[in-house]
Amino acid sequence: MLTNPDQLILWQYGIIKINATLAFTWGVMALLALVSYIVTRRLAVDPPLTKMQNLLEVIVFHVNLQIREISRQRPLRYLPLIGTLFLFILLSNLLAIVPGYIPPTSSLSTTTALALCVFVAVPAYGISQIGLWNYLKQYCRPTFFMLPFNIIGEFTRTLALAVRLYGNIMSGVVIGAIFLSFVPFFFPVLMQILGLLTGTIQAYIFSVLTMVYIASAIPPHDDKESKNKTPGDKHE
Amino acid sequence: MNELSLIGMMSIFTAGITIAIGSIGPAFGEARALAQALAAIAQQPDEANTITRTLFVGLAMVESTAIYCLVISMILIFANPFWEYAVAHAGG
Repeated sequence: MLTNPDQLILWQYGIIKINATLAFTWGVMALLALVSYIVTRRLAVDPPLTKMQNLLEVIVFHVNLQIREISRQRPLRYLPLIGTLFLFILLSNLLAIVPGYIPPTSSLSTTTALALCVFVAVPAYGISQIGLWNYLKQYCRPTFFMLPFNIIGEFTRTLALAVRLYGNIMSGVVIGAIFLSFVPFFFPVLMQILGLLTGTIQAYIFSVLTMVYIASAIPPHDDKESKNKTPGDKHE
Repeated sequence: MNELSLIGMMSIFTAGITIAIGSIGPAFGEARALAQALAAIAQQPDEANTITRTLFVGLAMVESTAIYCLVISMILIFANPFWEYAVAHAGG
């Protein structure tokens, strides 16, 4: 049985192989880019908005709201990373209802790549906010002896991010395939619905955890941007 | 009983034990966190958003131990290295 979409080679030329993970990742990326391109060509301010623009605005607004509530800062800095992660994971999990599609997130290579993005982004945001020296000093908090544990924590949480997403989606795919082979009619549908729910929650959790990690790399009381913000300034 | 069936038997047995024990602990932990979060929301409904989000993050952390067990049992059943080694050397 196929448990890993990396092993499904769709196209091969010499040593260059296109496996199912790559192909479906490109498919999801193309879909996201295409829809965003089409919608943002005809943006309107006045009320007769297109349905797609409404949908996009709702998504962006709520992602912004979540980022603001977690980090207590202006969300514009973090929106590209968090929003892209959320939309990519959500779409690649939800497309599992399409027959023949294997979620690229059910392969450990995709989820590792996503977790590595977070692994790089956390120090990048931290250093750009508070400077290299202040950022490095954070590893010695609360005392110098916590240095090795803080460094270990940096790696284990990346591993946990990758394995969590991979385990959830892969188990959904595998359990669906197993049930399909011996109770063909009704039960696999229930497992599929459960898989859609899990996929949505995992997309949310992945982006919230990313935001929590980034927010924890920035000292809590260093909100110079939100100081000159008026209380009614909820929307950007 | 030859070696191959012994490896297969032990793999499946260990996978079952892994997922059984590995789901008890996280289930208790998640139930406890959920009960506490519900009590907190009942006392302070205004903070429901923050509590829910923190609850989700905490549940994700707790859940990852169960996911590790799941991945281990999946590896034992579908991608067992000992099984593949034994099959390759038995000429199967």
